[in-house]
Amino acid sequence: MSNTLGTEPVDGPQSQGTPRAGRAAPSARPAPRPAAPRRRRGRAKLRFEIAVLSGPAVLVFLAFVIFPVALAAFYGFYRWHGYGPPTDWVGLRNYRLILTDPAFQQVLWHTGVILVLSLAVQGPLAIGLALLLNQRIRGRSAIRILIFVPYVVSEVIVGTGWSLMLQSNGALNDLLAHVGLGFLRADWLADPDLAIWTLLGIISWKYIGFAVILMLAGLQSIPEELSEAAQIDGASYWQIQRLVTLPLLGPTIRIWAFLSIIGSLQLFDLVYIIWGPYVAGTAGTSTMAIYMVGQGRNAGNYGYGSAIAVVMFLISLVVALLYQRFLLRRDLRGALTEGAS
Amino acid sequence: MRARTAERPQKWGNPFTYFVALLFIGLCVAPVLYIVLGGFRTNAQISTSPAGLPEPWVAGNYLDVLGSVTFWGEFANSLVVALASTVGTVVLGLMVSFVLARYDFRFKGAMYSLFAAGLMFPMVIAITPLYIVVKNLGLVDNLLGVIVPQIAFGLPTTVIILVPFLRAIPREIEEAAAIDGTGRLGFFFRMVVPLSRPGVVTVGILGFIGSWNNYVLPLYVLNSQANFTLPLGVQAFSSQYSVDTAKVLAFTSLAMLPAMAFFAAFEKKIVGGLTGAVKG
Repeated sequence: MSNTLGTEPVDGPQSQGTPRAGRAAPSARPAPRPAAPRRRRGRAKLRFEIAVLSGPAVLVFLAFVIFPVALAAFYGFYRWHGYGPPTDWVGLRNYRLILTDPAFQQVLWHTGVILVLSLAVQGPLAIGLALLLNQRIRGRSAIRILIFVPYVVSEVIVGTGWSLMLQSNGALNDLLAHVGLGFLRADWLADPDLAIWTLLGIISWKYIGFAVILMLAGLQSIPEELSEAAQIDGASYWQIQRLVTLPLLGPTIRIWAFLSIIGSLQLFDLVYIIWGPYVAGTAGTSTMAIYMVGQGRNAGNYGYGSAIAVVMFLISLVVALLYQRFLLRRDLRGALTEGAS
Repeated sequence: MRARTAERPQKWGNPFTYFVALLFIGLCVAPVLYIVLGGFRTNAQISTSPAGLPEPWVAGNYLDVLGSVTFWGEFANSLVVALASTVGTVVLGLMVSFVLARYDFRFKGAMYSLFAAGLMFPMVIAITPLYIVVKNLGLVDNLLGVIVPQIAFGLPTTVIILVPFLRAIPREIEEAAAIDGTGRLGFFFRMVVPLSRPGVVTVGILGFIGSWNNYVLPLYVLNSQANFTLPLGVQAFSSQYSVDTAKVLAFTSLAMLPAMAFFAAFEKKIVGGLTGAVKG
């Protein structure tokens, strides 16, 4: 029996077209004696199995993900400094404050800049590199490993390494002087006009490998025959890329852009490690999440911090739903809302 | 994914491709090399020539770190946290994905949507109340206070990746198992677990690397150095020895090695998993 099993095509996710086995679950087994009491016992057993199998995951998820998020929403209605239970109900005042808080507007602006420029810089670059690397060249798997290196290295290490290199007497300025570009030397981390660009550079360095690998994976799922056919019809290389490959890469690009947007909205680690919450404020690299943690944990305004968390969540949710509604619908086939029904 | 055989147009000849590829790889790898090589230099070398190569090579920084109790303690903490989180995420995720993929019950759609919506809740957003929950459970400065929330936050990705795998197992196998007298739970352990291995491996690798690199949660939950994981250790070390740059670089490179080795070993699976995720 195991021989036949081994040949079944079960090695990849293929949700479409697969008959949903679950629907027929209660009657999946042939019942030689379909007596009524037995069936009832079967249902009880089924419920028991569902509870045992899904219970632990659901409980842990509710307790450590859903409950804290709900708690944040609750704290957002209080003025609360973190000692004792929150008692000072202020209704929507924290939210009204957010709307007029110049510091929040600033971090919102930073976040927006990071979001837009991440898309605009990393996207085209990653597509170009993936097209290039998709050719038959030697050492492709070594290349794939190497361009993924920055993505695998943790934020702390990236932050520590880059902040050493970017100090005004650090390696980058030294290198610039050595290659005759000394006039480009700068205080990359502290200069408020420059720091956000430095941050963007580090972000691009860290995450572009992921984009390239994703695009490469997408390219490899495009049937070779299509570009061959176009080639036979006399299309040039660029025509093939523009008219055949790119449209077919669309789903991959849209999923990448989605992940990139959500990541930008929630950027925290890198900024916190390189600048710290206070320096990030003066250097002009503060993000929504940095401001949230700064207000909550560091300044002790837990109520206000929680309200910022809720606003961040709402922005993410709205962006995600709009994006899914208008762009991702065909690609994901409603992974977020389809449910398993 | 078969190797491609067709010829590409030769307008963009190979030398250009290699040139760009090498340039790109150089940009990706150089900062990491700077960290690794910096550990082989002395502070004097670093301050006189910040971008230079080690000359002569000094192993002392690395040996100091490798001989330090702090490093190995933090290494052990990271390993415990990463392994426990990964196993927990995979086991709980597989169980609930099985239910979502192959059972039929009233709240199935709601349950799936709940987990899928979890993708929208990154740890940063919930970190303050999460800390309060952990504190009320008495798990502050306890590795369990990192492990359990990491399992919870790992579940959405796991469920999204594993459910399609489990749905794809043909019903005939389940029926055959039933005829052979295997119950659903027996079917689960004998058939589902082995057959969903590719998905499980992908989820496991993502979980391990994610946990190894996690920073926010340990930052909040762990406060004594004896319980630090490596990311916290790197930061503590780099502020403690901020004048001893070479040693910081040595510590940092040793801290990144395990995740790199792990990744290099499983690179094909990760890329394969990504391909599946994109297509699925």
